[in-house]
Amino acid sequence: MLPVSVRRRAGPERANINAAKRMTSIPSPSSRTARYADDRALASMLSAYIVCATIWLLFATAVGVLLALKFAWPELLSNSPALTFGRLRPIHTNGTFYAWASPALIGLALYVAARSSGTRLYSTKLAWLTLLLLNLAALAGTITLALGFNDGDQEYREWLWWIRVILASGLITAAWNLIATVARREGKDIYLSNWYTIGGTLWTIIIVIVALLPWYQHGLGQVAVQGYYMHNAVGMWFTPLALGVFYYALPKLMNRPIYSYSLGIFAFWTNLAFYPLLGAHHFLFSPLPWWLQTTAIVCSVAMLVPVWGGSANFLLTMRGRPERLRRTPAAFILVGVLGYLLSSTQGTVEAFRSLQRVWHLTNFTVGHSHLTMYGFITFAIWGGIYALLPRATGKDPNNLLMGIHFWLATVGVLIYVVALSVGGTVQGLDWIRGAPFIESVTDMAPYWLWRSVGGVLMFLSHMLFAWNVWTMTYARAGVAGAVAAPAVAGA
Amino acid sequence: MNKLLAIAGGATLLYAVLAVLMGVIPGIELSRVPPGPGVGPLTALEARGREVYVSEGCAYCHTQQVRPLPLDEVFGRPSAPGDYAYATPQLLGSERTGPDLSNIGARQSSEIWQYIHLYDPRAVVPQSIMPSFRWLFEVTDEAPQGLEPVPVPKPYAPAQGVVIPGPDARALVAYLLSLKQAALPGAHGDSAARAATTAAAATSMAATPATPAAPAATAAASSVFDAAEGAKLFAANCAACHGAQGAGVPGVFPSLHANPAVAASDPSEHIGAVLHGVHGKSIAGVTYAAQMPAFGPMLSDRQIAAIIDHERTSWGNHAPLVTAQDVAAARAKR
Repeated sequence: MLPVSVRRRAGPERANINAAKRMTSIPSPSSRTARYADDRALASMLSAYIVCATIWLLFATAVGVLLALKFAWPELLSNSPALTFGRLRPIHTNGTFYAWASPALIGLALYVAARSSGTRLYSTKLAWLTLLLLNLAALAGTITLALGFNDGDQEYREWLWWIRVILASGLITAAWNLIATVARREGKDIYLSNWYTIGGTLWTIIIVIVALLPWYQHGLGQVAVQGYYMHNAVGMWFTPLALGVFYYALPKLMNRPIYSYSLGIFAFWTNLAFYPLLGAHHFLFSPLPWWLQTTAIVCSVAMLVPVWGGSANFLLTMRGRPERLRRTPAAFILVGVLGYLLSSTQGTVEAFRSLQRVWHLTNFTVGHSHLTMYGFITFAIWGGIYALLPRATGKDPNNLLMGIHFWLATVGVLIYVVALSVGGTVQGLDWIRGAPFIESVTDMAPYWLWRSVGGVLMFLSHMLFAWNVWTMTYARAGVAGAVAAPAVAGA
Repeated sequence: MNKLLAIAGGATLLYAVLAVLMGVIPGIELSRVPPGPGVGPLTALEARGREVYVSEGCAYCHTQQVRPLPLDEVFGRPSAPGDYAYATPQLLGSERTGPDLSNIGARQSSEIWQYIHLYDPRAVVPQSIMPSFRWLFEVTDEAPQGLEPVPVPKPYAPAQGVVIPGPDARALVAYLLSLKQAALPGAHGDSAARAATTAAAATSMAATPATPAAPAATAAASSVFDAAEGAKLFAANCAACHGAQGAGVPGVFPSLHANPAVAASDPSEHIGAVLHGVHGKSIAGVTYAAQMPAFGPMLSDRQIAAIIDHERTSWGNHAPLVTAQDVAAARAKR
């Protein structure tokens, strides 16, 4: 039986964790019908976010597979400008970032904010508006990129400025809703997840605005802003939101509070202190000022503090309950935590100048970005969806499909990352030994082929996931007759 | 409510300060970097070409930053801050699936080569995985007045008609050919920032000491012909036009098999061609319109000698060898 249907029970709990306790306790009695309506509204809001995000996931990763195949067959679908590599690549990256991961994480964050605060969502209407704005931006961004409107090939901000204004308004409405919901909480404490999700959303509004204003973005100045932007948009947005999911879903799935609440708070502040400073490590050896590059390297090392602290916190929460890890969405979270630990540590190592000499500008970086955005973020989202969506809608996913989804995605991303890490190293060593450039291209051929194999497995897993999302949301309730579930709110 | 305000407000304020510190202030400072010597704005056509470069996403596979590292020397001198004064949006790039283009206008100055390569990269570089950009060209029965058709080699050319570069192709090639690194004053450049960069880079790479190739400084090196070095340099610098086996492309890029300049006992024409480039040369009754770049500013005397010796001893050629001193002498003459 799935743990999602494990009913709340009075297990042993740490006395010092009030907030964690509160989220597993039944909210103060109010009108039962009103609560039922609130739960329904929350469930349909979350369903819509996850369904939209999943459609975008299918689209953006299908594009990803096509891109991967073009490395082996460059003439594949090359006669239409909209289907060439240079136009599809930003469609893939922006699609996975802002159309899949962002709405999924915001939907989960809104749900967590309401549930962990023991209240209803501040405004369901506002949540729908956020979703509309995010989808509008993604649609406009995808179409304009396909038509060749690219705002300067600046990674992850290729959408035209007015589309990014729509994205920013989506974020602002989300932040407003999150804050106002947490403001309605019953107790005094703010559950840790909300620190991360509210912080992440507010920071990202700043990131998007800094990236939009043009006055300090000429020539090399734009290089500095780009170094800041491309890394903060990942690490101050997706990371805190995904950690917010961990901090809420993991205690639920493990049926025990988070190992150390204060370690979570410590990681929050250290992440905030170090992460914003490390963006320039994307431009080591460039003409950017040397002090900027060195600061970035130092802070990349300092990031080990919140990363290892946070990861240890999650792993210790999971320790000693293998039966729960084996058969549950917690397996997704376990991979997500390991992805967080490995990819962030890898990021630190990559920032050293000695290793940048080999890996910078090679496909190693692409392997790294998939370990983070997929091995960490996407697995965290899946863990969160499988853990929380059935609780909201009362409809369980198909257990077998969930298992196949898990293994296809895990094996797929493993092949993907190993192939590009080894291949990227070969590529870098080719350059160092002074081989003619084209040799670094031909040497990559087998690794690019393996990357496609991994990518196809990942894509297949998304189709199973999509089916499960359907089962958990709009499919007619199965034999479980699960519509009754909202009554066990918070369970 | 107070706690929420403290956490959300405090974290946001702290973040805003850091964002200004690491994003906005460096942005303001570096936006003011003056253009380096010889760095000027683009013409209208080149600027249009830069827009095509951006909308086709060229920057996802091609960098425009030469690092002060030995492995980047093949692409030109290390990039200096002043190089980017007119480069907005910046196109430094983050991945090098294809070669760096900072100096492509000097390294591959042939307009004809650029057109053929854009029309179908595999027509000139068989192993290339770059997409073809055929839609930037038109295929017509006859070239309109004043426009030369692109001499696409047979197997890659359309069955009917001639290939004419469209306006975007012409703009893009004009932009690519404008990408020439301006010479820095002094052998190693005197920009303070760059000096610091190079010095620090060298200390952090103790394993492979940086040896910036100042052409004249290496001239006195060994005069023994290094066959492997010659083959490698030929593949990197010459094979794109003359072919990996030196056979060229008939009527477009001359073959080096039984080529009079290569076969001649007197190497001065051969050395001159590599040092200073060639344009409009007639060989065996065929006039070649494509421009051969001058490799003198890009390669050392030793490297040029190695290439020439490779050509003079390959594909059935048996001409006398040249030395780095010969190249240095030819360089001094002009």
